[in-house]
Amino acid sequence: MAAEKTSPGLVEVEKTSPEVSGMGHRMKRKEDSRFLQGRGNYVDDVNLPHMVYGHMVRSPYAHARIKSINAEAAKKLPGVLAIITGEDLAKANLAWMPTLFFDKQMVLATGKVLFQAQEVAFVVAEDRYIAADAAELVEVEYEELPVLVDPYKATDPASPILREDREEKSNHIFHWEVGDKAATDKAFADAAVKSKVHAISQRCHPAPLETCGCVADYNKATERFTIYLTSQAPHAHRTLFALVAGLPEQNIRVVSPDIGGGFGNKVPIYPGYVCAVVASLTLGVPVKWIETRSENLQSTGFARDYHMTAELAADKDGKIKAMRVKTLADHGAFNAAAQPTKFPAGLFSVCTGSYDYPAAFCEVDGVYTNKAPGGIAYRCSFRITEAAYLIERAVDVLALDLKMDPAELRRKNFIQPEKFPYATPLGWTYDSGNYEGALNKALEMVGYKELRKEQEEKRKKGELMGIGISSFTEAVGAGPAHTFDIAGIKMFDSAEIRIHPTGKAICRMGTKSQGQGHETTYAQIVAQELGIPAKDVIVEEGDTDTAPYGLGTYASRSTPTSGAATAMAARKIRDKARKIAAFLLEASEEDLIWEPGKFFVRGAPGKAKTIQEIAFAAYTNIPPGLEAGLEAINYYDPPNLTFPFGTYISVVDIDKGTGEVKVRKFVAVDDCGNVINPMIVEGQIHGGLTEGLAIAFMQEIGYDENGNVSGGTFMDYLVPTAVETPHWDTGLTCTPSPHHPFGAKGVGESPNVGSPAAFVNSVVDALSHLGVKHIDMPITPWKVWNILKEKGLTG
Amino acid sequence: MAKKELIHVKINGKDREAPAEPRLLLVHFIREQLGLTGTHVGCDTSNCGACTVILNGRSVKSCTVFAVQADGGEIMTVEGLPSNGALHPLQEGFKEEHGLQCGFCTPGMLMSSYALLKKNPKPSEEEIRWGISGNLCRCTGYQNIVKAVQYASKKMAQGGK
Repeated sequence: MAAEKTSPGLVEVEKTSPEVSGMGHRMKRKEDSRFLQGRGNYVDDVNLPHMVYGHMVRSPYAHARIKSINAEAAKKLPGVLAIITGEDLAKANLAWMPTLFFDKQMVLATGKVLFQAQEVAFVVAEDRYIAADAAELVEVEYEELPVLVDPYKATDPASPILREDREEKSNHIFHWEVGDKAATDKAFADAAVKSKVHAISQRCHPAPLETCGCVADYNKATERFTIYLTSQAPHAHRTLFALVAGLPEQNIRVVSPDIGGGFGNKVPIYPGYVCAVVASLTLGVPVKWIETRSENLQSTGFARDYHMTAELAADKDGKIKAMRVKTLADHGAFNAAAQPTKFPAGLFSVCTGSYDYPAAFCEVDGVYTNKAPGGIAYRCSFRITEAAYLIERAVDVLALDLKMDPAELRRKNFIQPEKFPYATPLGWTYDSGNYEGALNKALEMVGYKELRKEQEEKRKKGELMGIGISSFTEAVGAGPAHTFDIAGIKMFDSAEIRIHPTGKAICRMGTKSQGQGHETTYAQIVAQELGIPAKDVIVEEGDTDTAPYGLGTYASRSTPTSGAATAMAARKIRDKARKIAAFLLEASEEDLIWEPGKFFVRGAPGKAKTIQEIAFAAYTNIPPGLEAGLEAINYYDPPNLTFPFGTYISVVDIDKGTGEVKVRKFVAVDDCGNVINPMIVEGQIHGGLTEGLAIAFMQEIGYDENGNVSGGTFMDYLVPTAVETPHWDTGLTCTPSPHHPFGAKGVGESPNVGSPAAFVNSVVDALSHLGVKHIDMPITPWKVWNILKEKGLTG
Repeated sequence: MAKKELIHVKINGKDREAPAEPRLLLVHFIREQLGLTGTHVGCDTSNCGACTVILNGRSVKSCTVFAVQADGGEIMTVEGLPSNGALHPLQEGFKEEHGLQCGFCTPGMLMSSYALLKKNPKPSEEEIRWGISGNLCRCTGYQNIVKAVQYASKKMAQGGK
């Protein structure tokens, strides 16, 4: 798919030869060979001499007091080496650990448990089967307590107070608001049309195919700790281990080997990691802990659980005047939201979307319930999926209220290209955009007019078909150090490039790929900037002993931060290369002209030195006064986020007999600025759309009134197979980021952020003539069938 | 712990044996006893298919077979796909069509696709989608996996393997 320029690019990228494979080439991935031959190295593949295994004992209750723990029978089982309880950890002051968001979380329960599947004891044994057997033998006596499941009841006086450890005796965690309330209320008072939707972004789980786990290896002789960890942020995790466990940071080496998908799940530190570390420290042997899928779904970081109300005020022609948002956030038992510290609701305040209006007000209240902790960013930049879903749903409801075409209503309200950089009423500065360009392209690709005609005819025949649009804006690439930090660490990121004497290179980054193809894309950036063929560049991430410090990969930040750092480091190398070339060519630096791969003397193209010749000279024929070697490092602090956007259109048919929704066609037009590797971008979009489909129609972590989790295994937490997944039609427009060194924006999360609204809008559109304005996700056949039954349409 | 039995298998063309408890899952036997870690575990309910291997000519989820059941059998895992240093057309297809991202589901996908193409060398898109429906992938959205299998199907028809 060739990107169509819809606005003048501020950052032009000249295309290199296929041999060099710089930006824009569909280079095949360098990392594939090992994965295709079974030679990947995931955490569970790490096997060390004398290694033993941990297994977690978990609570069957959502809220209960622990009366006693009897581990005697378990200890007697041959092969059992240790059983660790919360009381044991308390002696080392490790029974609790800080979360990523101003709260603390129990590593192993002391006193009481607060959610089903909470960690209660850690069993270590010679093999994983014995460890699991022993965990069954640990007898825990519980006294059940009243359970709080409904977040709307969290602040009822009749509800139990869950967190006895907190000074504040309340289940209310925070109130956060942003925007101009008075101006917004006035706009609503004056508005001709007011429209409202209550939408739930349901609790779900990223469920990467590899679960979380670690191998903690403490060497008593050297006092060094090596922790092989399923980590999206190995450097940050090293620092947190140092701060929380009091271990000297130079003695900790976190290695994040191949990671089998992350999607935000592998950003937090989990109790199992801490227990494995404590066990290895105690026993002096490596301890492996790999969670099961059920443990993964039931206890590690959930996402969403936002209960949102959005109102839009508009004039009768459909010009939006203001937005008002009220949201209740269910954080479960501990506030373990993984987001920048200044943002209790993440970047949710980008909920004003792609539209131009002066007033908005947004408030969010967070509460505790007896559910697993979390609030992680599941393939999204900190609550942006919730925000994009809300505005794109709200705009469709407004279109219904106004009896306007949803595409035309969007077009009428888009922020116009000349208005960028655009300051939103809730405080963001969008760097660039051309929303109408993406909308037009998507409408054309899908055949919008014909589809509307078809829909009209089908409705006459009683057939149900719908078209749903979502014109989202994403805010990715956290972020500027003045605004963004996680646990105090600023959200810059890094790249180090070393050019070897023969002109080949190794790069190391502070980010960590979990499937995004960094080993290929970063190499292409180096190829673009230095003219060294991408195949000659090795990219290595994830080892904190060797890679420069960085905050890791999530929130679509790798290209905006480490990608930018790679270009900046390459440019430093180019500066030094110019000096070396001037020396070799006996010319002045000013007379040298760069073209990818070489410097030549102005007016004498034959007088040139390639980057490879220059690299060799950097070690063998060093100019007087220059340091030897050719390498550079850069820590990049982006001046702003990048703001990718797009328009997605879903077309569905509904089976009246079964309530089944079939996605007949789906068009995704994305704009992520200048593209490094179009093949990888398409792959990211396919994957994100599939997760969006899953959220819209299938995935939900539910709880019954006793706090029993449903959706706790792959039997009932439904993720799409190849059969449920439709064909994705993708397209690109290109509006380069004006502040990024090569005009790129993040992309991996756009499809997951933008698509849920398109799916839901299409189902609602199919049923809107029956008076349906909203259906909450996941839109199961059962839900649709019940609506059809109520309308007397099931036959 | 129950008594361990010596289990013999022919895996990727090599005779191997190792002791196993009666309850030891085949996937753990392959990964831990035989040291072939290409086969993965992605769930505990036989849904994900990351552990798919070929046992006596049929694709099986090796988390749902005991090692003792494989005693005397012939097994192929992802490590057995390439021959004489060359990638199998399926491996080549996955690379050419970008049919993998994190790589965790890939060995199981390759094994299921291998079994599918053995049975049905020229599958339609729908047949491919059903053929890999026992294997979950969280990264690719399956579209490029379908293309990868089509690539291999064509290549094998032209005289690949």
